[in-house]
Amino acid sequence: MASEATAGPEGTVAVAGPEAGPAVRSVREHTVEIVSDPGEGAQKCAQIFGALSAKMGNGVWTVEIIPAEIQPPPRLPDGASGNRVRIGSGPVTNWGDAANLVVAFNEQVLLRRHRLDALAPDAIVLVEDMWKDHPDEAIRTQWAEAMEELTREASYRIIPVPMEERCLTVVEETRRGKNMFALGILAWIYQRDLELVRAQIAHAFRKKSQEVYDRNVELLDLGYAWADEELDFRIHVPAAPGDEATVVMNGNQALALGAAASGMELCSMYPITPATSVSHYLAEIFESFGGRVHQAEDEIAAAGVAVGASYAGKVAFTVTSGPGVALKTEFLGLAVMAEIPMVLIDVQRGGPSTGLPTKVEQSDLLAAIFGQPGDAPKVVLAPATIEECFHSVVAARRIAEALRCLVIILSDANLATGVQPFPRPDPQEEWFGAAPDLSPVPEGALPYDWNEETGLSERIVPGRAGGMHTVTGLSHDEHSRVAYAAAIHQQSCAMRSRKLAVFQKTLRPPSLYGDEEGDLLVVGWGSTKGAIEEAVDRAREKGLQVSSTHLTFLSPLQPGLGELFGRFDRVMTVEINYSDDLDAPYIDEENRRRGQLAWLLRAQTLVDVDCWTRVYGEPLRPADILDGIRGRLKKGEGT
Amino acid sequence: MSHVACPLFAGILDEEREFQIEDYEGALARWCSGCGDHAVLAAAQRLLRTEQLAPEKTVFVSGIGCSSRFPHYMKTYGFHGLHGRALPVATGVKLSRPELDVFVVMGDGDCCSIGAGHWIHALRYNVNMTALLLDNAIYGLTKNQTSPTTPEGHRSNTHPRGSILPSLNPLTVSLGVTNASFVAQTAEWIPAHLEATLAAAHRHPGFSFIRILQRCPEFTPHLYEGLLKDPASTELLVHDDGVNLPSLEKIYPTRTLHDPGDLARARSLAEDQGTVRLGGFFRDPSRPQYQEISRPPRRTVAQRISRLNEELDRHAV
Repeated sequence: MASEATAGPEGTVAVAGPEAGPAVRSVREHTVEIVSDPGEGAQKCAQIFGALSAKMGNGVWTVEIIPAEIQPPPRLPDGASGNRVRIGSGPVTNWGDAANLVVAFNEQVLLRRHRLDALAPDAIVLVEDMWKDHPDEAIRTQWAEAMEELTREASYRIIPVPMEERCLTVVEETRRGKNMFALGILAWIYQRDLELVRAQIAHAFRKKSQEVYDRNVELLDLGYAWADEELDFRIHVPAAPGDEATVVMNGNQALALGAAASGMELCSMYPITPATSVSHYLAEIFESFGGRVHQAEDEIAAAGVAVGASYAGKVAFTVTSGPGVALKTEFLGLAVMAEIPMVLIDVQRGGPSTGLPTKVEQSDLLAAIFGQPGDAPKVVLAPATIEECFHSVVAARRIAEALRCLVIILSDANLATGVQPFPRPDPQEEWFGAAPDLSPVPEGALPYDWNEETGLSERIVPGRAGGMHTVTGLSHDEHSRVAYAAAIHQQSCAMRSRKLAVFQKTLRPPSLYGDEEGDLLVVGWGSTKGAIEEAVDRAREKGLQVSSTHLTFLSPLQPGLGELFGRFDRVMTVEINYSDDLDAPYIDEENRRRGQLAWLLRAQTLVDVDCWTRVYGEPLRPADILDGIRGRLKKGEGT
Repeated sequence: MSHVACPLFAGILDEEREFQIEDYEGALARWCSGCGDHAVLAAAQRLLRTEQLAPEKTVFVSGIGCSSRFPHYMKTYGFHGLHGRALPVATGVKLSRPELDVFVVMGDGDCCSIGAGHWIHALRYNVNMTALLLDNAIYGLTKNQTSPTTPEGHRSNTHPRGSILPSLNPLTVSLGVTNASFVAQTAEWIPAHLEATLAAAHRHPGFSFIRILQRCPEFTPHLYEGLLKDPASTELLVHDDGVNLPSLEKIYPTRTLHDPGDLARARSLAEDQGTVRLGGFFRDPSRPQYQEISRPPRRTVAQRISRLNEELDRHAV
């Protein structure tokens, strides 16, 4: 096995010649990272590799590695940019723990990943070697120091690659060429179908000239040939292409496509990371669906235009991230008060304030549910996978219309850029909804003709003869007349709230992953599902009585939680938001601030729900969750 | 009423209906007696009757403030939304339903202060609607605070020793925005001029912005005293492409011929605050209208499904 090769000087190994023949190592899964300075195209290389692997039938999950600055100077550890691609024989549901193989365009970005514990101790490291004998002495010193640090504790197999040298035989300038050379190496190592690689390159550069495609393919072949000559190992991740039709895309593309499939015709937005790419994709395709992307002058206006459009016609949506949700707050309250069906997509990032714009967090949950002044009942749901991103938008539009209410979808930066294959959706006519009824209203119809049991009422859009009224954000009666009377406000609040109860009765209890009862139940929501279930699997393999459940609906909460929690000795949420650790100074059970879902579940179920949360600005790693599980059980050490 | 419930008759009925003022009258207006808002409401109702606009195809959108109660007093569709945010809502209505006639009613706090960003951009979007700035130069609903258009030195609850900043000029602001297409000024105390200006604005294809000078009987009752005592001190801008009311000649003898196509002169006339000028400052019906240039084609569900399948195929494994 490659990782068992003996380390030579500086941790490198003597690379076997072709006569030795490559050893093919078969594994169930492998995690690859490609890292470079920004602008060197590592992300493009990884995206192609990920899509390609999905097309060859592997399970895939990709995560972007995003630099902290837009254009950092070259060769800066903080500038590391690229992707992690985890491929497997079966479905891959999260980014895993550590990379097994890394391609790095310089030793500094490699160092960054090393320092973040992103690399497995026995990882294979392919690193551009032009820096080793660089004319600049400072760079040579950096190389030497980096190699020293890299080999101090870990036992990586470091393989120098003459990327620059080889690429120069084909192109004059290598800044935009090394990524295709690296792709060639990966294609050889993982035995990818070269025809498919070329097709994928053609797709990735479809907006560029034939010349660009030809040059990229030439570089690809060059990398492939180098690997064939120089490397002594290949990795085989058996693929099991199913019969089921499959598509592959990232979460923001899935949200955009879901919007197009939902029949909504207006996306009203203002640019904000990491949500904007939803509108980028929609801007390309929406018009051909009869839809329009409106880039408003600010976040507030983006919400206002969606409210106005939804009030007058088909349900519209706005897409944003945490700071944008804060700005839209007043309009969200108005949509609730006036019972205007509308959809808001929040692609969450780290907060508070500007926080971590490019990085994942699940910290808008309570703001979404309780963030508006007054009582503002609404539906809040969270997709857990890329596939659910697609279907959640279709569902949200339908729920918004059925309940005449605001629906908030909580996605996050992990789903936004994560790429995963999923069963191809089968478009249904009812997804698209009907145009609003414009017929004259029946005599006596009221704008808020609340059913006293359910709180439901039918909306009357402008254009309907005989239905004229003025909607208002002020407290109002069933005629939409401004009304401050105590009884009317109490009643109308009850009507808006009742709809959620009615909706909650249509929901199913969350399904359980693992045994029906046990020592610990882990509860999650949103993008952490795959990592939590993998951690649960590992815990169970070690004999721990752990199960998990994942909530799709956060407002209203799905039924049966109290009963479910009662079957486990302990219940703990796992979330990517902040909570105090109990062993920190001053923190005790009384003053501890808990994870956001934990707050909610404790309030709703009166169960002493604990939490394990981290805000590292990255997706949770199954190994870390497993540590959290073990800590909570206070047993399992050494297993 | 069973015949009304059948949409097939709707078109025929439209032609037969002749709307009277009562058809546009909503709840009884609860503004103070002497408030300029009453005059604007009456003028709007007369305009709708003159133009025979179907109440169900007309939407009045407002923000928050005294004047923003306006939609409740009309018997059309109405949207009484958030402070400063009438324009985005109206934009959404028009994008979604371009066939509706949309009017926006804002106060000076609404439009020129908390919603100023939307005001600038609405002028630039040039969405086809009629926007009325009911400018009484004070916050009335919240009881006498300085607004951006409050004259310098005017005392209010927030500036008891007098407003310390020069007032904002809504005309020069509007005329400074790229793609603005209609800017006019009128006054609540000259009903004929008010109505004629509303009519010109409503006829204009694009975003029509009218500043209406008003008095608040509670907090700015003496604001235009000089103009009321001496009508000759008001200058009427007249032009066949703007507002031209020969009937007003006797009372308002000071008249200036101004072609609203002349933007440079419009700006210069607006800049000079020594004289109050009423009439059409600027109009260009050729400016691109956002609801038109951004309008997507119509697609049937079948077309959308086929398009979705195509798009899914692009992502197929």
